[in-house]
Amino acid sequence: MKKYRGYPPKFFLRFFRWYCHPKMQDYIEGDLMEVYDARLKTLGKRKADIKFIVDVILLFRPSIIRPTKGNQNLNTYGMYRSYFKVGWRNLMRNKGYAAINIGGLALGMSVALLIGLWIFDELSFNKYHKNYDRIARVMFHSTYNGELGTTQWMPFPLGPELDRSFQDDFDHVVMSTFPEGHVISYDDKKFSQQGQFMQSTAPEMLTLHMVKGTRTGLMNMNSILLSESSSIALFGEEDPINRVLKIDNRMDVKVTGVYEDLPKNSQFNELKFIAPWDLYVTSNGWLKRFLESWNDGMIQVLVQVRQQSDMEKISQKIKSVIHDHDTEENRIHNKEAFLQPMNKWHLYEEFKNGKNVGGQIQFVWLFGIIGLFVLLLACINFMNLSTARSTRRAKEVGIRKAVGSQRSQLVNQFFSESILIAILAFTVSITVVLVVLPWFNEVANKQIALPKANALFWISCVAFTLFTGIVAGSYPAIYLSSFIPVAVLKGTFRAGRYASLPRQILVILQFTVSVSLMIGTMIVYQQIQYTKNRPVGYNRDQLVYLNTATTDIYDHFEAVRTELITSRTILEMTESSSTMTQDYQANFGGFQWKGKDPDLTDVFGVSWVMPEYGKTVAWQFLDGRDFSREIPSDQSGMIINESAAKYMKLENPIGEIVMLEGHPFTILGVVKDMVVGSPYETTRQAIYMALRWPGNVVTLKLNPSKVTHEALTEIQSVFNKYAPAVPFDYNFADEQYANKFSNEVRIGKLTSLFAGLAILISGLGLFGLASFMAEQRKKEIGIRKIMGASVASLWRMLSKDFVVLVILSCAIATPLTYFFMSGWLQRYEYRMEITWFVFVFAGAGTLIVTLLIVSYQAVRAALANPVKSLRYE
Amino acid sequence: MKKYQLGEFEELVILTVGILHNEAYGVSIKNEIESRLSRTVSMGALHAALKRMEDKGYLKSFAGETTEERAGRPKRYFEITALGKKAMLYAKTTRDELWSAIPKAVFQVNIAG
Repeated sequence: MKKYRGYPPKFFLRFFRWYCHPKMQDYIEGDLMEVYDARLKTLGKRKADIKFIVDVILLFRPSIIRPTKGNQNLNTYGMYRSYFKVGWRNLMRNKGYAAINIGGLALGMSVALLIGLWIFDELSFNKYHKNYDRIARVMFHSTYNGELGTTQWMPFPLGPELDRSFQDDFDHVVMSTFPEGHVISYDDKKFSQQGQFMQSTAPEMLTLHMVKGTRTGLMNMNSILLSESSSIALFGEEDPINRVLKIDNRMDVKVTGVYEDLPKNSQFNELKFIAPWDLYVTSNGWLKRFLESWNDGMIQVLVQVRQQSDMEKISQKIKSVIHDHDTEENRIHNKEAFLQPMNKWHLYEEFKNGKNVGGQIQFVWLFGIIGLFVLLLACINFMNLSTARSTRRAKEVGIRKAVGSQRSQLVNQFFSESILIAILAFTVSITVVLVVLPWFNEVANKQIALPKANALFWISCVAFTLFTGIVAGSYPAIYLSSFIPVAVLKGTFRAGRYASLPRQILVILQFTVSVSLMIGTMIVYQQIQYTKNRPVGYNRDQLVYLNTATTDIYDHFEAVRTELITSRTILEMTESSSTMTQDYQANFGGFQWKGKDPDLTDVFGVSWVMPEYGKTVAWQFLDGRDFSREIPSDQSGMIINESAAKYMKLENPIGEIVMLEGHPFTILGVVKDMVVGSPYETTRQAIYMALRWPGNVVTLKLNPSKVTHEALTEIQSVFNKYAPAVPFDYNFADEQYANKFSNEVRIGKLTSLFAGLAILISGLGLFGLASFMAEQRKKEIGIRKIMGASVASLWRMLSKDFVVLVILSCAIATPLTYFFMSGWLQRYEYRMEITWFVFVFAGAGTLIVTLLIVSYQAVRAALANPVKSLRYE
Repeated sequence: MKKYQLGEFEELVILTVGILHNEAYGVSIKNEIESRLSRTVSMGALHAALKRMEDKGYLKSFAGETTEERAGRPKRYFEITALGKKAMLYAKTTRDELWSAIPKAVFQVNIAG
């Protein structure tokens, strides 16, 4: 029977084919056709068509419509997943190798992270102050005896002058004292606190965060702003506002505000209180003669420039402000004022010959370079281990290439493996950093926290991890993906004679860096030790000093001294204008003596001391005699040091008359140079004159026959009797002297830490490499043994390669470090000579460590039973 | 919670697949439901339900023969999987439990009313 065959409306059929999911299209269309066919027979064409259209439209629903993207995976996500999976399996199969790789990389990354945090902290110095890019301090260069010097000690009239003549350029001009210890007392509580007297707009300029009160708190002359910590120390939980305190037991001030303590990375970190400038001027009468003098540097002048103004231009503008006001005879110094912006205070502190030569920034660079190198060492480990093991992966590479991998895909594969390792290492290193950070802060004297809430930090961490992964994976990826599949799969693949050359170069690079760091650290330590052993010219044992700030001890000096000496608590006691361990009280000139070069602008360090000073500190006389209380004319005597005698070019200085401001002084004696300022500098010419007003520094030589803490309590009770307002904050001279080294010791500690880690990382890499080499040559060793090679000769054979590399790197590192470290030593006037001993020691040390590492593997391989290694052939 | 998701229409379809046993494909299922329940079933609703249940794992399918009236397109036969059977049983027992929980009085009142 011949069927009548109708056909459904073409347009809708095509529409259906267009939208339907290709997997379902066939059989749904079949169903549609079957139904249509049946309907055609029973209902006729028109109705069947209409029902067909309805069906097609009703089929147009999400579960049947084809997905817009098609049904193929168009991304290579699956491939990458496979790369990571293969990488993970490779790690799991060789756990020791994985541990060396990840551990080494994690160590390197921890060092880099720590250094990164440290650098970030250094660079963010002073950023606490909101207007920090507009704040500056005024400084000037001046020429003395042909030498260009730079100072931030400004004369008094500069402040008002800047305010008056340049008011369009500055938002604020703030005169301030330099930070100084003062006694703050309330009721019976008293503390020595670092503080500054500043003009009233200082809190506004420094954008202090006020906890209580407002930034305008210094308007009234008798007011004070306290830091939160000093407020708590004085008042505990009580409200400090409007309480009345005493500064140095003589200035009454009312607390008008409390500000949040300034963070450690602010120049004003030590600022525990701020008192009004006017109070400073009015309560120190002796300042009167300096108020109008343009020649005496006494204060600090801070400015904040107007918004959008150029600091350079303003610097140019104020260039001659001091010079113009100088007296005729002082104009020869040619003082040239300029602004040093706040963002340079910390990192670019040093000036030489009128040029800003840097300062702390050197260490930022130094540590930055060290961090980069340590990271590089860890990356080299990864490269060496992966390429050394290349024969293991060669077949895989061959098969992948044979089934159609392109080289770029293999490169991608090895990169994803190294990134996988970098990610694992990063998780380890961030834990390490978290654990080590408190300790690191202590060593580095910092307050660094991981900025966990900072998105930028995490972004840079991701970038850092990717960077490490890519650097570490770059060489292996290129090397491993270059294998020729035919050679590899046939088994004729041989790492050529020069295949290990790049690896050897990398090992040399590693050890050159490690040895250099080690030598550098040793030289830093030697220099510190050398300076510590420098003869200081006085005896600092059992020497205690304290700042008194009031005149009470001076007024009762004889009574206090007699009481303490008769009780056998001390041997001697004295008062002076400055401490042994600080700088001189003043640097000034204007002395006249016989035979003085008329062109010389003389400068001496000057201290004023009581006659007992010499006995207390035990200075050593080269010539002449000490001050004596019995001889009244000693009041106009002076004692000079050795350098001063040379400086003054006096053949026989004793008895010479020196004129100062019209008064004659006789030179009584010459003492050996004493180390007063920085122990790294040569001692300067110094003059000691008789103290005729309160000196504020009391120095005591304890009686060694008495237990120290007993002596101290006794001194305290006597001091409390005569000077109740003075807190008994004593310092040991030897401790204070040791503090002078703290910066160098800190740097030494940090570099030795990093050097140690660098050596550890290199050693780890060497260990991995040696174990791999020993394993690879297992059969060779077996055969050699059977042929009669001794363990010693095998050991020599296996160790030789590495030892040669290490000796080569020592040879490279020696001149390199010699060059750099002599440059570093140039910064110190008092410095040691670099001896050959350091290089020999470092070289021998590295060689021994290398031998130990390599020998362990070599001896193990040499002792192995040849039957085991040869059994399978 | 919902252990086995089975909508009302899905339940009808899966039951019909069971009835047709080895003969269940699109048109036969449609015809079976239409004749037994005297309601029309749209092709769209049916295929959507079949696909959904196949995705859930209640049904599996295989390609079958072609016939002339299908214009050469293959049939696709559906079978209930073990999971599908569980789902059906679960649906049935929950219904039965609900049925048995209804007090007899409900129906008596209805008859009386």
